[in-house]
Amino acid sequence: MKNTPSITHASFLRAVFSIIWKDLAAELRSRELLSAMLIFALLVILIFNFALELTPSLRPAATPGILWVIFSFAGTLGLNRSMAQEKDRGCLDGLLLAPVDRSAIFFGKMIGNLVFMMIVEIIVLPVYSFLYNFNLFIPGLLLVVLLGSIGYAAVGTLLASMAVQARTRDILLPILLFPVIVPLLLAAVRASGGYLQGLGMDVIAPWLNLLVGYDIIFLAIAYMVFDYVVEE
Amino acid sequence: MTKQPKLLTFLIVLSALLFITSIGLVFFYAPLEAVMNYVQKIFYFHIANAWVGMLGFLVAAAAGIFYLVKKDLKWDIVEVSAVEISLVFFFIAIVSGSIWARPTWGTWWTWDARLTTAAILEMIYVAYLMLRQGIDDPDRRARFGAVYTLVGALSVPLTFLSIRIWQTIHPAVIGVQSAGAQGGFGMTPPMLFTMLFSIFSFSVIFVTLLWIRVRLGHLTAQVDELKLKIAE
Repeated sequence: MKNTPSITHASFLRAVFSIIWKDLAAELRSRELLSAMLIFALLVILIFNFALELTPSLRPAATPGILWVIFSFAGTLGLNRSMAQEKDRGCLDGLLLAPVDRSAIFFGKMIGNLVFMMIVEIIVLPVYSFLYNFNLFIPGLLLVVLLGSIGYAAVGTLLASMAVQARTRDILLPILLFPVIVPLLLAAVRASGGYLQGLGMDVIAPWLNLLVGYDIIFLAIAYMVFDYVVEE
Repeated sequence: MTKQPKLLTFLIVLSALLFITSIGLVFFYAPLEAVMNYVQKIFYFHIANAWVGMLGFLVAAAAGIFYLVKKDLKWDIVEVSAVEISLVFFFIAIVSGSIWARPTWGTWWTWDARLTTAAILEMIYVAYLMLRQGIDDPDRRARFGAVYTLVGALSVPLTFLSIRIWQTIHPAVIGVQSAGAQGGFGMTPPMLFTMLFSIFSFSVIFVTLLWIRVRLGHLTAQVDELKLKIAE
């Protein structure tokens, strides 16, 4: 039975969607991942209130940094739990036995992680706006959050797949992830700041370009090397 | 693989001679710089160490790719050796740079492109070693190490570029008109020669140390194999 290209293409997408659907359905029932990420994010907002004196004049400058710190740390939490669950419940072995391209597993997990990050972000943004009386629903900012999250989820899923197989799994992911995520964070913070302070596109454009470039490069790399990370 | 090759012995002697000659050149041959006097002399070894640190990273990344393609564990030994040695050299570069910076710029550290990237690169080295430490299976350790050096090798230039887009006060070194950035100085030919000689000396030292460390790695692998055989 020869696979025509269209059938192979469809089965790849179907595999990706199945994995995303599995993660979402499991999460809907237990809600342990999302609640952990969410409570953590809200607590970090609270801590920042005491750590920094966020007077109204300081808010436009400080907010991008605070937001991305929150998203980074909550994201790390989510990535760790997501891949640990996969490994501990033996799901990963099952997935590897299935007749699908390994990269389908990567994209499925990555998009699942991205969805969780975005759910947290969708909740954190209005809460932050509410607590600091500072409107964050600017289209440009939402775009930056999306682009940043995509890159973060891509590199994070790849590195989390490695970290979860090591002995020091919990602490290892942030140590591996943060040095390599710096260009993304820098671009995201600068671009967010640009939009929040109403700066012109000539200032913001280089950062947006860097974000998109980073996303493309690391999605490609993760897609290519994921095989080496999960093979037995 | 037990007896030290003659070429290696020659290299060890050569390294020692080159090093002593470099010190002599720095203190007795290179002229005293007009503005910074003796402090400027740190620069020769600082540049050499930084160069070797970065070279080691390239060697590690290349070795990683070779391992992923050829699956020969000898490339993994080269990779970890290069990282370990570069970690030390680059750390020396960072510290010597700080010592030079304090009297020259009035500050131990600044967050410009080169320094920030240097700090991040050093952290990637450490993260790499921590990743390896947490994994027992040699094949998996080699694969993960290779993937991480690849991710790092892509991320570090992006980091440098992204901060460069932002700001820099690191002095431009080569060239007579370079005093534009703070602390820059024009180099006379004896200075240029001393600098190049230092870089060359440290490169030879790097190769020597790398070879010694790779030999050590091979011997360790042999010991592990023998241990397994005894256990059977």
